[in-house]
Formats: sequence, C-alpha cells, structure tokens
Amino acid sequence: MKTQKKRKWNKYLTAGLFMTGFALLLGIVGIFWTPYSTTAMSAAEKFDAPSLRHLFGTDNFGRDIFSRVMEGMGTTVVISSLVVLFSGTFGILLGALTGYFGGLLDEIVMRVTDAVNGFPSILLTLVIISILGSGRQNVILSLGIVFIPSYIRIVRSEFIRLRDADYIMRARLMGAGRMRILFVHILPNIFSVFWVSVMIGFNNAILAESGMSYLGIGVQPPDASLGKMLSDAQGYLQTAPWYALAPGLAIVWVVLGFALFGEGIRRQKVD
Amino acid sequence: MKKLFCLLLTTLLTMAVLSGCGTDGTGESSGDNSSAEPVYGGSVVVGIQQDIDSLDPHKATAAGTKEILFNIFEGLVKLDENGNLINAVASDYTISDDGLVYTFTLRDNVKFHNGNVVTCEDVKYSLERVSGLLDGTPLISTLKTIQAVDILDDKTVQVTVESPNTELIYSFVAAIIPAGSGEDMEADPIGTGPFSFVSYKPQEGIVVAKNPDYWQSGLPYLDEVNFKIVNSADSALLELQGGTIDIYAYLTDSQAAELQDTFNVEASPSDVVQALFLNNTVAPLDDVRVRQAICYALDKEMINEFVGGGNGTLISSAMLPTLKDNYVDLNDTYGTTANVEKAKELLADAGYADGFDLEIAIPSNYEFHMQTGEVVVEQLKAVGINATIKAVEWSTWLDEVYNGRQYQATISGITCDSTPGYLLNRFQTDSSKNFINFVNADYDEIYLKAQAAQDPEEKKGYYAQLQQILCEEAGSAFLQVPANMTALNKKLMGYKFYPVYVQDMSTVYWVE
Repeated sequence: MKTQKKRKWNKYLTAGLFMTGFALLLGIVGIFWTPYSTTAMSAAEKFDAPSLRHLFGTDNFGRDIFSRVMEGMGTTVVISSLVVLFSGTFGILLGALTGYFGGLLDEIVMRVTDAVNGFPSILLTLVIISILGSGRQNVILSLGIVFIPSYIRIVRSEFIRLRDADYIMRARLMGAGRMRILFVHILPNIFSVFWVSVMIGFNNAILAESGMSYLGIGVQPPDASLGKMLSDAQGYLQTAPWYALAPGLAIVWVVLGFALFGEGIRRQKVD
Repeated sequence: MKKLFCLLLTTLLTMAVLSGCGTDGTGESSGDNSSAEPVYGGSVVVGIQQDIDSLDPHKATAAGTKEILFNIFEGLVKLDENGNLINAVASDYTISDDGLVYTFTLRDNVKFHNGNVVTCEDVKYSLERVSGLLDGTPLISTLKTIQAVDILDDKTVQVTVESPNTELIYSFVAAIIPAGSGEDMEADPIGTGPFSFVSYKPQEGIVVAKNPDYWQSGLPYLDEVNFKIVNSADSALLELQGGTIDIYAYLTDSQAAELQDTFNVEASPSDVVQALFLNNTVAPLDDVRVRQAICYALDKEMINEFVGGGNGTLISSAMLPTLKDNYVDLNDTYGTTANVEKAKELLADAGYADGFDLEIAIPSNYEFHMQTGEVVVEQLKAVGINATIKAVEWSTWLDEVYNGRQYQATISGITCDSTPGYLLNRFQTDSSKNFINFVNADYDEIYLKAQAAQDPEEKKGYYAQLQQILCEEAGSAFLQVPANMTALNKKLMGYKFYPVYVQDMSTVYWVE
C-alpha cells in the first residue's frame, strides 16, 4: 500500500491538503487561543469594518469576527470529526458484519438503512433533536445516527466484494478466526475507498452542523459557530456585509478543501 | 472539479448581488401621504411573531394572541389608544357607591358575526363563563369575584361582585360571545369586533374579514386582514423588503434603521416589561443575596444600547413608566450599570464565591430576548456566574417555563393591560401567573389592601410599596421597557399605537 514510487504531481491532493490544513490549524488554534475574546462586547466598536485591528471587522455586539470565525471553525471541526468518528465506527461494524455474513441480519440492517435514507436527513435530525433537546452532544449524536447508513452501504459492498477473494479463502483454510478475517484481513484493504467516503462525510457533517446552527438548534449562543454567525448576520446584510461574508467564506473554504482532498485521494488510488 | 469552481463562483456572485441590492427602491418611495383621502377596501398582511395559543378569547393567555383577538372580540367596554375605557357592547354603565354592583346598559343593535343581535342572555353567559359561575373554573382570574349576573330587562344587566375594586371595570373588556357557544370558540370564534374570523392555519396565520355590521359606523376600512406568522426577525425583514407583509411591529433597532427609507418606521413605548426572570424556588436562586447579586451584576444601560439602540426605558421593578401616576423610579437600588464588587460580595456571603452554573431558557422566536441573553451571559461572567443560553420553542417555553415553572432563569417580557394592578397581581404567592414563584407574605398582604382601597392616593401608596418589595427582594432582575419599532407600508394610514399589546386594524386604511 504505502510503497513510495514516482507519481504524477497530484494537484488536487496538494490543494486539498493545503486548504484543509490551514482551516484545521485555524480551528484547532481557535479552540485554545484567539486574538481577541470571542464574547467580550464593546459598544464603541459595534460594526467596525474590516481593518488591520479587526481583520474581518466586528459584529453587532462589537465582538471581533475573526476570533469568532476561528472559534466557530474549531467548534465545527470538532463536532464534524466526532460525527464522522461516531457514524464511521458504527458504519464499519455494521457494514462488515452484514457484508461478510449476509443473511437475516443483513436483511434487517439494510431495510432499516433504506428507511433512514427515505427521510431527508435534515428532517430526521430535527426529529431526533426535538426528542433529545438541542445542544452540542445531541447534535453530534443525531447527525451521527443519520450518517451511519452511508458508511454501512459502502463498507458492506466492499466486504461483499472481498469476502470470496482468494486470499480470504486461504486465510479461512489456515484457520483464521472470523473476527481476524473481518478486521485484520479485509478491513485494511477497503481503507482507500472508505477514506474517500470519510472526506465526503466530513463535508456533509460540516454543512449539516452549520445548517443546524443556522436554524438555531445547534451550538447555543454566545458560543460561536459558523452557521449561527451566518444566521445572525442575515439581519445586517446591507449595513455590515462583512459579518455574513466571513463565516460564509470560511464554510466555503473548508468544504472546498475537503472536497479537493477527497478527490485527490481518489485519483491517488486510480493512478 | 469544474463543478466545484462553478459552485464557488456562484456563491461569491450571490453574495455580491445580495449585498449590492440594498439601495434598490429607495428612489421610488412616495412622499407625504397625510393629506390623502382614505380608501375603503383592500387587504393588509400583518406580520406576527408567534403562533396562536387559543382562538377562545377567554382561554387565550399569550399576549401575541390577544393582539389579534382584539379585532374579533369586544367586551362590554374596550380600551382606546390612550389606554382609556370606552363603551363597546355596553352603551353605558354605572357602578354603585359601595363598588359592589355594576349595571350595564346594552348598546342597540350590536350584532355578532353570525348576524344575531347581542342580548342580555349572551352577556350573562359570557360573564358567567369567565367568572367560573358556569362550571366552577374561572377563566379570567380577576373576574372570579363576580357573585351573580342578573338580567333586569332586555337591555340591562346587573353584575354583583364579592368585594370592591376600583380597577375591576378594566376586566370587563372580557369578550362577549353568543350564549352557549363556549365549546365552539376554538373552531368557529364569533364575536362582535370590527373583523370576523375567516380561517386559521397553525404555523401559518389567521385571516379575518370586514364585519359589515360593525356598530362604529364607517369602520373598518379594510376588507381583509391576514395575520401572518413570521418565523424570525430576519425573515420578517426579508418579507417586508419583498413586499409580502405590510405591517410589522417588532423590528430590531438595526432593521428599523435599514427600513427607514422604504417604510414608515415609528417608535412607540411598548407595554412590555422585559426581565431576566429568576425562579425563586430553585437553588441557588432561592437565596435573596444571589438574586440581588445578579441585579447588581447587570449593566442595563449596556443591554439597552446593544439590543434596543438606546430607545428602551430602564426599570427596576414591574411597572411601566408610562403609567405615570403609579410608577416609582427604583433604578437607584441596584444602579443601571454593573457593580461587580457588590455583586461578588453578595455572592461570597451566600456561599457562592466561586460562582455557579445558570441556565437561561429563552423563547427562540424572540430575537430581542435572544440578543439580550447574549449580553446578559457576558455580564454575568464578570461576577463568576457561568450562564448558558438554552433556546426553546415558543410552545415549549409556555409549557415548561411559564406554566410548568421548570426552569432556572428565563428572559422574556410580561405585558400590561393598562391597569397598574395587573402587573403586580401575578407576584402574589398563590397567583396562577406567578411563574417566578415569588413568595413574600408582606407582598400578599399589601396587594390585598391595595385592591380593597377605594381612595386613589392610598392605592398609589400601596402600589409603590409593592414595587419596592419586588425590587428589594430581587424577585427578578427587571431590565427595561423596550420601544416598539413598527414598520408600516408607506401607503397605509391610520395605524394607532396602543399603550397595551394590541394591533387595532379597524382604523387602518390605504391611500392612493
């Protein structure tokens, strides 16, 4: 897998790595440190236009938007990562079991995923949120649940493809246990496919989290989140356009970065 | 890959277009219309903030519902735009010297929307229904004092009450509905107001049409009014700009500034007492020192500046400054700016030197309260209180916070019906509206005295004491009376600003 050989320069991967790297760096730094306090308000600095002092300007409470974008990016990245981790783990487990063993379990799980896929994902998350209540953990949980089916399908189809491969047959003949075959022999071989879907999933998670915060059911104010900032900024679109532009561009940047990254990985594999 | 760049480009272009379209339309705004003649007919769309809790006028509790039902129902008397009572279904009334007997004379030929003339039977039924004489459950608490409703002749009704109360007459604004129709009110509300009910769709709005038989001749002007529920302040702005709503009364300060050129924007004092309401029975808020500390910690001037554009009036107890005779200025008690040292000292006394966690539940449809919440959280942080905001749906707020009293703190507004007693009534220990669980024996005692007092000066003295107790015991952290910023289509005239929470559409008309 990892053998280094001379390849054509993969510009998607480079651009993706650069963009996501930059965004992640900003977000992770934003969790621990921001240039200004993200909540300190100042009546004197209400709606300052972007300047060297405030790179992205200030909002209706005189808070530094750049600092809030950093914090919001951090929040978004953490939530999205946990969502992907949650849904990815369950996706792999269920996908591996159903794909390898088939049978009744496969039938049940697949029908359930069909049912979940039948609903628009935002509707389903809204239902879960309305049962559990809003807040960070519940957003992670509800998005996690909604995203599981997409991973199950991909992992399952890969396991079905590989379960009768020659090297698996041999492993079986040599007496390897089922769990060993599942997770030591097959799993590493589906990683490149899985990785692409993780990137896509990450993107979807970011957009979904922003969407939920935009609707006011995600991260609660005064904590910053990109989606919430967008929705707050909507009222000031004409008086302070920078307020909407900053979180908007941040979302575009991250999503584009991960899309390029995913595309880069796919090409890397094909080449 | 191309797709991605297209997407990016489209996003950027959309943003550019959106931010550029702000100046459109300013050139075509019409000039001064004040001399124009009223035109009969036409329809108006009024944006409202929340769904309706009940179409039954006796059961509706939300102020946002009452502002609409004002157009459909009338009582024996009703309020005018100056907060004074005028006769409505009754043409005249007398109160006996001992304050125990009210005699109403019905106006000739007032018709219900179903075409029937209002009779004494209808009045008797309505008053017995709200007072609980009918089935034992009073629907309007101030009217449970009614002992008997007697029909003297076909135009005269006599009401006997248990104890005298000079403010009771204001409660006779309670809607008069056809005899026996109580059960049908939710589906088919019938009243005597200037507009009749047409349809109601949950989450969408309510439509009313002109009542051609209305007793005030010449009113209303409009054929139809559509009260449309607008989900958020942001969409209200978009709908105003798009022309899909004509009147919206709850603009934020920045929205008002934005609409200045294209709409008639008017500021008027509201009748809402905004406060950080504290649940007095939940630890640590059951300690008066903690509540006082919160009052000291808040910088009301800053809150007013940030969310009200400086247009609000700062208060420290539950009374509207516009009720001049009864209002007592208590702003010196805690000051209008933050006193962090004093707050920390009180917290330390109470054993919370390291602060505590406080969850503030706020109805998410009220942008104004949500923004206030953000400022409050920041100010409480300065004294070590770790406050968090929990945005809740309006219906959840009513269920859990207002009626269920399952909360620590909330930011909301309570409204007034123009009698000073109304605002203070709810803080009696056993009041059903005492959602902050304020318990104070002195308060209860003085309130009863105030109610019984016949002499206005004496009454005033009691009300002053009540305001003082509420303030000093820090029943809640009272913040401000926000100004209402109302946007009106420039071609609409005749909109009246009431000191109470109603939207009277009967006098509104279009001009050409």
